[in-house]
Amino acid sequence: MEGMEKTNPAGIAAGGGESGPAPQAAAGQSNGATGMADETAFARQETVGEPYVDAPKISARNVDVYYDDTQAIIDVSLDIGRNEVVAMIGPSGCGKSTFLRTMNRMNDIIPICRVTGKISLDGKDIYDGDQDTVLLRARVGMVFQKPNPFPKSIYENVAYGPRIHGLARNKAEMDEIVEHSLRRAGLFTEVKDQLDKPGTGLSGGQQQRLCIARAIAVNPEVILMDEPCSALDPIATARIEELIDELKENYTIAIVTHSMQQAARVSQRTAYFHLGKLIEVGETKEVFTTPRHQLTENYITGRFG
Amino acid sequence: MNESNHSNTARIEASLKKRYARETRFRWYGRAAVMAGFVFLFVLLADIVIKGTPAFTQYFIEVDVHYDPDMLGVEMPASEEELYAAYYGGVIRDALLQMFPDVSSRSQRQELFGMISLGAEYELRDRVVNNPSLLGTRESVWLRAASEANSYLKGQVDTSLDEADRQVSDRQIEWLDRLRREGRTDARFNTLFFTAGDSREPELAGIKAALYGSFFTLAVTFVLAFPIGVFAAVYLEEFAARNRLTDLIEININNLAAVPSIVFGLLGLAVFINFFELPRSAPLVGGIVLALMTLPTVIITSRAAIQSVSPSIREAALGIGASKLQTVFHHVLPVAMPGILTGAIIGMAQALGESAPLLMIGMVAFIMDVPGGVTDPSTVLPVQIFLWADSPERGFTEKTSAAIMVLMGFLIMMNGVAIYLRRRFENK
Repeated sequence: MEGMEKTNPAGIAAGGGESGPAPQAAAGQSNGATGMADETAFARQETVGEPYVDAPKISARNVDVYYDDTQAIIDVSLDIGRNEVVAMIGPSGCGKSTFLRTMNRMNDIIPICRVTGKISLDGKDIYDGDQDTVLLRARVGMVFQKPNPFPKSIYENVAYGPRIHGLARNKAEMDEIVEHSLRRAGLFTEVKDQLDKPGTGLSGGQQQRLCIARAIAVNPEVILMDEPCSALDPIATARIEELIDELKENYTIAIVTHSMQQAARVSQRTAYFHLGKLIEVGETKEVFTTPRHQLTENYITGRFG
Repeated sequence: MNESNHSNTARIEASLKKRYARETRFRWYGRAAVMAGFVFLFVLLADIVIKGTPAFTQYFIEVDVHYDPDMLGVEMPASEEELYAAYYGGVIRDALLQMFPDVSSRSQRQELFGMISLGAEYELRDRVVNNPSLLGTRESVWLRAASEANSYLKGQVDTSLDEADRQVSDRQIEWLDRLRREGRTDARFNTLFFTAGDSREPELAGIKAALYGSFFTLAVTFVLAFPIGVFAAVYLEEFAARNRLTDLIEININNLAAVPSIVFGLLGLAVFINFFELPRSAPLVGGIVLALMTLPTVIITSRAAIQSVSPSIREAALGIGASKLQTVFHHVLPVAMPGILTGAIIGMAQALGESAPLLMIGMVAFIMDVPGGVTDPSTVLPVQIFLWADSPERGFTEKTSAAIMVLMGFLIMMNGVAIYLRRRFENK
């Protein structure tokens, strides 16, 4: 703690930005490789590790994201493999959530947001003119940071996706989809007698599992999770993590998390983001035990972030 | 370190007293303000209720009438048309003269007949038309007292005044007192007030025509303003691109909300009546004008309600592949509905109490018939109140207050419906 406070003033002098100074100062203090590098040197850096896999489910190439004139993602290339869990970690404002949201085009609803580069799902560019966002989001589901069930019954929450996509032919099929989804989300036994009660009346952890059930009811191929446990207590978190472990049998999962322990527990690969750059990608075990980049090491050893 | 802490404690303690005093003072200002408002409201309501309550009672006078065919001017097996056209006033006059045989002079007779309402003739007519076998028989009937007699029987006439200064003459007072002693007067609930249209005679005037007029007008207003307002709000909030044009539209909607209501009346007169030649004095035109007036309120409040819907709900819906339209109609609108309804009800309440624009389109006419649809000439409650308040007869004073009570009852009912709907939507 003491050390951090002392390095900060130097960082402010060098970087000048709010989130900028700490990493540069920290990096400069302990490693000459990045040194007191200026922004351009930092921006030119290549990603360390293995961002690419064979036959990826989602592949992102040279993705840049801008909010108006501010660049939030700088030249990120990353593959998400089939049936694997990829964790994205990094300090606040590093762009990991922004990057996650490019993968099902949730950024489209922000008018000032602009995405360049190429992101493909099963080899097909999702930013192509003929890509339908409704279809894309049915294939790439999402679970958000704050549990956000609809203010409707538990049943309706889960049934909504299948209903709008016409996935159930009759009531019996719908009942089955709802039950199956709730079971997969590990919620069914807790709520089976109150399916007509509002979903907003559940506890935080239950609400988040309901949101997961809602996402898997559409049977997506990929599930994006944006800090799904940040609003939950440790017990509820453990429950969700178990669930992620089970879900990876059938789904490809990308999860953004602030908790390094969580990343270590649930993911096969970990990507470390920093100031909009993808710094390092690798096997989770390796990233956490033998990080190759100084910034990664600083982050996972708790020097900053 | 410790020393400075202690001195801080002392300083904070010293300032505490002042701070709490300020808080207490502020609380009392608040209470005073609430009390003042409450007192004004109470005085206003009490005044209206005290003045208006007598309008709901009506005195009747028992008279022994003889349905004499000669007096009625009909042949014995009379047809319905003949019975309809017969002269029932004569029957009443005859009966009154028999009760007070000492009345002789022309002016005295006029005073005597003036105690019974003109409407009593029609009540007798209806009795006989419905039951022609009454012809030639005698029966005792309760006849509606005229406004002045009614007023005296209710104790509203100051008898200490000089005879010339009051509406009821000394002789009438004497007769009415005698009738009362004989048990021939009776106060009843004035159902006519709710079943009749306007009349020149206060005791015959009712609120029904205005009530129906208000209902039809508001129905037109709601049917137009609510869907147009809500859809405009949804479009502006969710679908319209943010640019100069939408900014301009937004500013103009806000400006429209501040336009004096009489201007909308002029617009209605010029456009709907003169150009499109829609019927004058009709709830249709009144409703359209009030809808124009209400639209900005509905749009502005609906937009605010839609804006306040948490973005996480939109994200949730979009995230599982709902289209924009599905997101809005399945999730955003239901959540925004209580707020939208509140806005709509505020707008409708405003429209219900509005009289100025309706004066411009001729809804100020004297309408006796209860309107049967949106194109029939009619008036509305606030205009009826205005008309009655303008009438010189004593009997209309209480009608005015009673009509205000009905208007407020209408308003409370509307608010009740709004609260009920809000609860329902909130529970969903």
